[in-house]
Amino acid sequence: MLDVTVKNGAPVAKDFKSDQEVRWCPGCGDYAVLAAVQSFLPSLGLEREKIVFVSGIGCSSRFPYYLNTYGMHSIHGRAPAIATGLAASRTDLSVWVVTGDGDALSIGGNHLIHALRRNVNLKILLFNNRIYGLTKGQYSPTSEPGKVTKSTPYGSLDAPFNPISVALGAEATFVARTIDSDRKHLTAVLTAAAQHKGTALVEIYQNCNIFNDNAFEHLKAPGEREAHLLRLEPGAPLAFGERKVVWDAARGTLAAVDASDERPAVLHDPTLQDPSYAFAVARLQDPASLSPTPVGVFRSVSRPTYDDLMDQQLAASGYGSQAPDLGALLAGADTWTVGAPERAVVE
Amino acid sequence: MAMALQTAETGTDPADAERDSPGGKPVESLHRVVIRIAGDSGDGMQLTGDRFTQETAAYGNDLSTLPDFPAEIRAPAGTLPGVSAFQLHFADHDILTPGDAPDVLVAMNPAALKTNLKAVPRGGTVIVNTDEFTDRALKKVGYAADPLHDGSLDGYRVHRVALTSQTVKALDGHPLSRKEAERAKNMYALGLLSWLYHRPVDQTLRFLEQKFARRPEIIAANRAAFQAGWNFGETTEEFEVSYEVAPAALPPGRYRNISGNPALAYGLVAAAQRSGLELFLGSYPITPASDILHELAKHKAFGVRTFQAEDEIAAVGAALGASYGGALGVTTTSGPGVALKSEAIGLAVSLELPLIICDIQRGGPSTGLPTKTEQADLLQAMFGRNGESPVPIVAPRSPADCFDAALEAARIALTYRTPVFLLSDGYLANGSEPWRIPEVEDLPDLTVRFARAEEYQGSPFLPYQRDPHTLARPWALPGTPGLEHRIGGLEKADVTGEISYDPANHDHMVRTRAAKVAGIAQSIAPIEADDPSGAARLLVLGWGSTYGPAQAACRLVREHGGQVAHAHLRHLNPFPPNLGELLARYDRVLIPEMNLGQLALLIRARYLVDATGYNKVRGLPFTSTELAEEIQRILLEVEGA
Repeated sequence: MLDVTVKNGAPVAKDFKSDQEVRWCPGCGDYAVLAAVQSFLPSLGLEREKIVFVSGIGCSSRFPYYLNTYGMHSIHGRAPAIATGLAASRTDLSVWVVTGDGDALSIGGNHLIHALRRNVNLKILLFNNRIYGLTKGQYSPTSEPGKVTKSTPYGSLDAPFNPISVALGAEATFVARTIDSDRKHLTAVLTAAAQHKGTALVEIYQNCNIFNDNAFEHLKAPGEREAHLLRLEPGAPLAFGERKVVWDAARGTLAAVDASDERPAVLHDPTLQDPSYAFAVARLQDPASLSPTPVGVFRSVSRPTYDDLMDQQLAASGYGSQAPDLGALLAGADTWTVGAPERAVVE
Repeated sequence: MAMALQTAETGTDPADAERDSPGGKPVESLHRVVIRIAGDSGDGMQLTGDRFTQETAAYGNDLSTLPDFPAEIRAPAGTLPGVSAFQLHFADHDILTPGDAPDVLVAMNPAALKTNLKAVPRGGTVIVNTDEFTDRALKKVGYAADPLHDGSLDGYRVHRVALTSQTVKALDGHPLSRKEAERAKNMYALGLLSWLYHRPVDQTLRFLEQKFARRPEIIAANRAAFQAGWNFGETTEEFEVSYEVAPAALPPGRYRNISGNPALAYGLVAAAQRSGLELFLGSYPITPASDILHELAKHKAFGVRTFQAEDEIAAVGAALGASYGGALGVTTTSGPGVALKSEAIGLAVSLELPLIICDIQRGGPSTGLPTKTEQADLLQAMFGRNGESPVPIVAPRSPADCFDAALEAARIALTYRTPVFLLSDGYLANGSEPWRIPEVEDLPDLTVRFARAEEYQGSPFLPYQRDPHTLARPWALPGTPGLEHRIGGLEKADVTGEISYDPANHDHMVRTRAAKVAGIAQSIAPIEADDPSGAARLLVLGWGSTYGPAQAACRLVREHGGQVAHAHLRHLNPFPPNLGELLARYDRVLIPEMNLGQLALLIRARYLVDATGYNKVRGLPFTSTELAEEIQRILLEVEGA
């Protein structure tokens, strides 16, 4: 346990490290994300005590134990709901959710989409390793079709979720994807998410070296990754390897074509209010090969947050400016008096 | 035996006085009356019942109500499943139940007559709306012959009133369609009843003005229909006498009429105000609990945040999240919702944070009887979680008592940092009674102390270091500098709260959590039995909404010379500290419950007492008569022993 001392001065990375021994498997992608988060949190300019990490169940959900902020390791799938209650009642806090592909998209899918549509001021980090790690290797709702695991010896039958599509379908106001091993990109995306007012969903491709090793290797290996990674930069053309993304007018959607195609590459714009464009970008990805894989910010738009709207309703009702009269509430409109009236009856 | 027991809450009960009204018709005085108003779901029966109740409350009678309506919003018109009824018991003395059987039935159509007539004892009064007794309507509910003319109503005092057509006639000249005019027939009926029982009408007229403020033509029509009903009673020979029930001698104070759900909502607001916390309600709509959400959603001026969640799990999750942040977190639901919330309640047990779970019980299992009452969630509240997961349980005994029960649930949750169940039920939720409005300064002080960094200067903050008296752990809110810590559902090491899989530690923590909940008993007043004779050998032990029928039954038995004691539990977990000692004083213990013996199971297991149950699960409260008969049966056994 750390001694209780209220420090003066800006916190640094080590201030965000808890004294707990990290218990992920050696080589797990979670280490890289933890290191990135610990080193980027000081840049937020927030007091450490104002930051809360809430997680569900799964390997990634151990995350809060390793950060010296406030934290809650909750139950499977429910972190967005718990965090919603916290964020809606405490707008002074910076509330983060750490979840995984099973936690967020399988058992907790309902809470995820409703948090996104409400636009509660939450930052959701979805660690996607496309496998169930903590229960030792069953397929997950993001596993590629036909995945052979202990629970699917003949191959999985379900079509996977694309988490970005799900989030955009729920009209999330901030949706991004990044990769555990790319520290610079990870930090940039997390920073953008932190600065966003409203629910931010960041999908982080994270390697499970025990049960699904190298699931994203082709997106990481220098020399190979360029052919698959579609880096989303505001105002920049959508392009990867020898290909680019154009508007396919005949089909009414985006299409990846050879760089030699005469049509101009589409210029990325994450600020479009209509989520259709961002959805089309998300759908460029092939679910089996993960190629191309767009990374970066798909969508970042402004919409009032649930917690601010709730605060406004309370303020408009006089909360905070007028002392409420509990006695009047209890009495209501229709009263009568028995015996000597203790006070005048207001009728 | 049933006949022998008729008085206190059953049967007609004339008072001595009789006089003439100024209008010339004689006025008969009664001590008490039970009226049931029944009609189609779309006929406005609940509104009519509510208004008559308000008039009765304003007049100063003691009263108790029982709304009884179908789960369907509008079942097909005129059918048996579509009948909606409202029963009101009012008296010139202290009463405890909505009455076993109606003295007066108002039947707005054949379906209402068919479903309700069997509840009215012969000799009772039946007022029927003759206009609705058409061949088609009779056939729809399976009447082969017209019950108004085939002798079915022999032995009843029947008033045949053409309610619909007289309403339409009274509204001649009003700018309404015939259909709209017909819809005012409930106001005509209310006017007639108001005349019949000398009810004050000012509040009803004012209510109509407020409700239809934007439609002056509807106000005028309803007033006219109401007045026409009143005048009909006053002038027609159909009604020869009217009745008077004098105000009851209730304890001095200011009163209002209230049903259980708003009382519970006010209790939660009061608890938040008295603790200095914001109230956060996470809820998902479910019958019969939704009205608490509706009520609390109005009171934002009190800092009340209501969150209509995507499901029951999110509702409790958000409430727990808010509690973590320093709010008074509450979730409201019914049995099926509790089933979904179980895992999160277990998390609250592990996190040791305050949380109130209000279960407004209804008939089960599964979807069961959504609009009918039952007490069958006691063992679910007690045991319905994985692992050793103790949760305190409190239960209100009457509609108005829901207010005090909510304050008590909050006291336990805040003092002991634990989830608490409040077990109300559909009868308490919708039934109403007069409530003596408490003075705010008389309400308990629930001030909470949060952990502060100053208290730990130089020493580590230990999130599971307990208060030696309550065993509660510190409540350190996010935003408090220096107290950053992590909590979770994994087993924690004692004191430090770090993750621990140590066998001895787990055993210690399981026992500590159990001891904390058991220790709440030290803060509970000893239970006392009501036994005027002091010589009773039989104890009737109840919990929840059986209080009214059980107490009325005991009074009834005593009026007939029997000796019986009555005790009622507010706390189901832990039990009051002296309960075992109390039980040991009696030869027999009878536990009436609207389930198959859940409290009896707990009592037998805990105290090795051979308690017997009296159990009914009909979706309706017990009648005091049936309970009194059971008590008398046991008394005969006890005396014969």
